[in-house]
Amino acid sequence: MPKQIHLAAHFPGVNNTTVWSDPAAGSHIEFDSFVKLAQTAERAKFDFFFLAEGLRLREQGGQIYDLDVVGRPDTFTVLAALAAVTEHLGLAGTINSTFNEPYEVARQFASLDHLSGGRAAWNVVTSWDAFTGENFRRGGFLAESDRYSRATQALETAKELYDSWPADAIAADKENGVFLRHPDAGTFQHTDQHFDISGRFNVPRSPQGGPVILQAGDSDAGREFAAATADAIFSRHGTLADGQKFYTDVKDRLAKYGRERDSLKVLPAATFVLGDTDNDAQERARVVRRQQVSGATAIKFLEQLWNRDLSSYDPEGPLPEIDPDVSDEHIARGRASVRMHRDPIAVANEWRQKAEAEKLSIRDLIIEVTGRQTFIGSATTIADSIDHLVQEDASDGFILVPHVTPGGLDEFADTVVPLLQEKGVFRTEYEGSTLRENLGLAPR
Amino acid sequence: MTNLHLAVALDGAGWAPNAWREPDARPAELFTARYWIDLIAEAEAGKLDFVTIEDGLGVQTDDPAQVQGRLDAVLIASRVAPLTRHIGLVPTATVTHTEPFHISKAIATLDYVSRGRAGWRVQLSAKSAEAAHFGRRQIPAISPDKINDPDVRAVVADLFDEAADYVEVVRRLWDSWEDDAEIRDAATGRFIDRDKLHYINFEGRFFTVKGPSITPRPPQGQPVVTALAHNDIPYRFAEKSADVVYVTPKDAADAHRIVNDVKVQHVFADLVVFLEPVQNAAILSDARVFTGTPAQLADLLLEWQEAGITGFRLRPGRLPSDLRGITRGLVPELQRRGVFRTEYEADTLRGLLGLGKPANRYAAEGVRVA
Ligand SMILES: Cc1cc2nc3c(=O)[nH]c(=O)nc-3n(C[C@H](O)[C@H](O)[C@H](O)COP(=O)(O)O)c2cc1C
Repeated sequence: MPKQIHLAAHFPGVNNTTVWSDPAAGSHIEFDSFVKLAQTAERAKFDFFFLAEGLRLREQGGQIYDLDVVGRPDTFTVLAALAAVTEHLGLAGTINSTFNEPYEVARQFASLDHLSGGRAAWNVVTSWDAFTGENFRRGGFLAESDRYSRATQALETAKELYDSWPADAIAADKENGVFLRHPDAGTFQHTDQHFDISGRFNVPRSPQGGPVILQAGDSDAGREFAAATADAIFSRHGTLADGQKFYTDVKDRLAKYGRERDSLKVLPAATFVLGDTDNDAQERARVVRRQQVSGATAIKFLEQLWNRDLSSYDPEGPLPEIDPDVSDEHIARGRASVRMHRDPIAVANEWRQKAEAEKLSIRDLIIEVTGRQTFIGSATTIADSIDHLVQEDASDGFILVPHVTPGGLDEFADTVVPLLQEKGVFRTEYEGSTLRENLGLAPR
Repeated sequence: MTNLHLAVALDGAGWAPNAWREPDARPAELFTARYWIDLIAEAEAGKLDFVTIEDGLGVQTDDPAQVQGRLDAVLIASRVAPLTRHIGLVPTATVTHTEPFHISKAIATLDYVSRGRAGWRVQLSAKSAEAAHFGRRQIPAISPDKINDPDVRAVVADLFDEAADYVEVVRRLWDSWEDDAEIRDAATGRFIDRDKLHYINFEGRFFTVKGPSITPRPPQGQPVVTALAHNDIPYRFAEKSADVVYVTPKDAADAHRIVNDVKVQHVFADLVVFLEPVQNAAILSDARVFTGTPAQLADLLLEWQEAGITGFRLRPGRLPSDLRGITRGLVPELQRRGVFRTEYEADTLRGLLGLGKPANRYAAEGVRVA
């Protein structure tokens, strides 16, 4: 049997991938939009629904960033409500390990797992910055170098809490008046560098025995954390060569933790533009890219690399001659991507050369160098590409990010999924009742 | 006579320690969605204003003969919200060890998924065992006979001061987006008008919070904040922070005295309720325990309403039987007497409680943050 593909639906995010100006674009906060996307994903037999999270509104140049979609619901609360309108779909929430405490997060995930009949997943992220910390009691208390040791211990502690209730702890024996078969169920004690806690956990063991764990860090420490503890990785590496390199890198790390290669699923983020023909799709993709990168957005992107106010530049004109400001203070705050530009001056030189050689304006250049869609083509072309990438071990599937809320997955569900099913690489019915079963993971 | 308001307080298998052993109790299902859906559907069929859901950051008891363990109440409420249409959903959430930023967006989101039916029962934790679950601070063990010692009063007063700051932060965050902040202005490429988003810049003794919220202003503007209060310190907290206060009068005269003491928009009386037939209603309670028929209970409610009580939060001794006694016995009795709705008259919890949508404090003040 060929390798089976796993697919997830990412609710369109708080960034410029999401096109709010499209006539079909609906609300990003009304519950109906969440219901619509989740039900489409379930109709298409997707593994899970995925929500990102950022705990401080993004700013640039000291002002709230206003060009992209802004505003999100509380992750746990909206996922619990979605459990009421879906039956099989996994419910994955991004929850930060720095600004949450294990006892509370563990009871929220265990509760979500109970209330969804075993469909909860935790995407563990580690943002530690003082900017985000300004919304929380402890402020920016954690050093960057400690972000993964805290995440590791938080996750470890949460697992101890889930495991503190034996599966058969509740007798509920009316006749003999025994509610708890194990009177000490929930007892725990955990001490390490980050946590010193003890007492009794108050949520009985949940259907999956704890949420499925996803991880989305990209650094060496992040990959090691994933190899040690995660069930799946949400990555940025979605092309063939880059994907294969990442896939091999993280899967090779598993052996030292005594884990099988397929116990960790690699699921890159992917965007897509469908068309009746490949040419039609290319044309639509060009239109979408121009919607995603307005002139104003292009200048803001350029500012993120240059780290300067470039508001006086014309987006239809040439790139700045002045070099990026490489001081520590960065004008863009609250976005995970900022640290991707490791050598701004070198990147700026590349961009200038490319713009000159190809006669590109600022806006044209930004359209070229940022976030081109992962899959562009007819349904057949996209189904073939996805299958190829999975069979060639560039990934185990994809987390698909539609660019229109909430209907952006409909066409994919109606046209690409049936082709994958025909190839025998994607389920036609859910295999199990829990997310863990549908992902083909061993029980906890 | 004006209509009275009715809520029920849901807790495990009911408020009686032995409730889970009743013939119709479902103790093995306490941790399933189905159990809570059925209870809240029953309360909605009875046209009740709202349900509260108890919660806490520790186990209820160490006695293996009693119910132990609970699901997160905000998540239970959210799970049930899409399956109900009218009833208010008021989960308990603790303020002592948690983050106001998280709770603010959680209750705001409950308001979105319920389309305007969210409330919150604010609870603080003075238990040293619960503090140890977080390991971030110590709270001294407080024994009931020391409750009036000056040291103990100081600890308790601090916890309530912190709770008041917490509610202030939650409320400011709810207002930190004006209702019309989302503009989708194609001409300028702006999704929001950032002048309509506000830093809350809260600085207090216990924490500072910058804001704005990541969640836009919820449909009700301000979801309904409620709190249980037994004496002076919590009364002052409730006056400052709550829209509904739950109090525990012993009789009508006591109700009258309390209503004169605590100035909150709605003063609800808590009562533990056992409706006939009752074999054994043995329960230690802060609230008065009622045992009798629906007609006798209706008499008592009307007598306390005369004393100034605007509504009642009934704590069913046994679930589901005493809940059904309320929805199928008490409610029809009150309807016959013309003091309780026969149809829901509003779509939001504020609407059911006669509270209008409040102005946004930042819009009203004309404060602009550059
Ligand atoms: C595809 C992808 C998606 C991410 N999504 C989020 C998110 O929604 N919220 C967040 O706080 N961090 C997010 N992150 C950030 C990471 O999870 C991580 O915390 C951060 O990159 C720092 O870790 P690192 O140095 O290992 O990359 C994402 C990262 C990747 C690669």
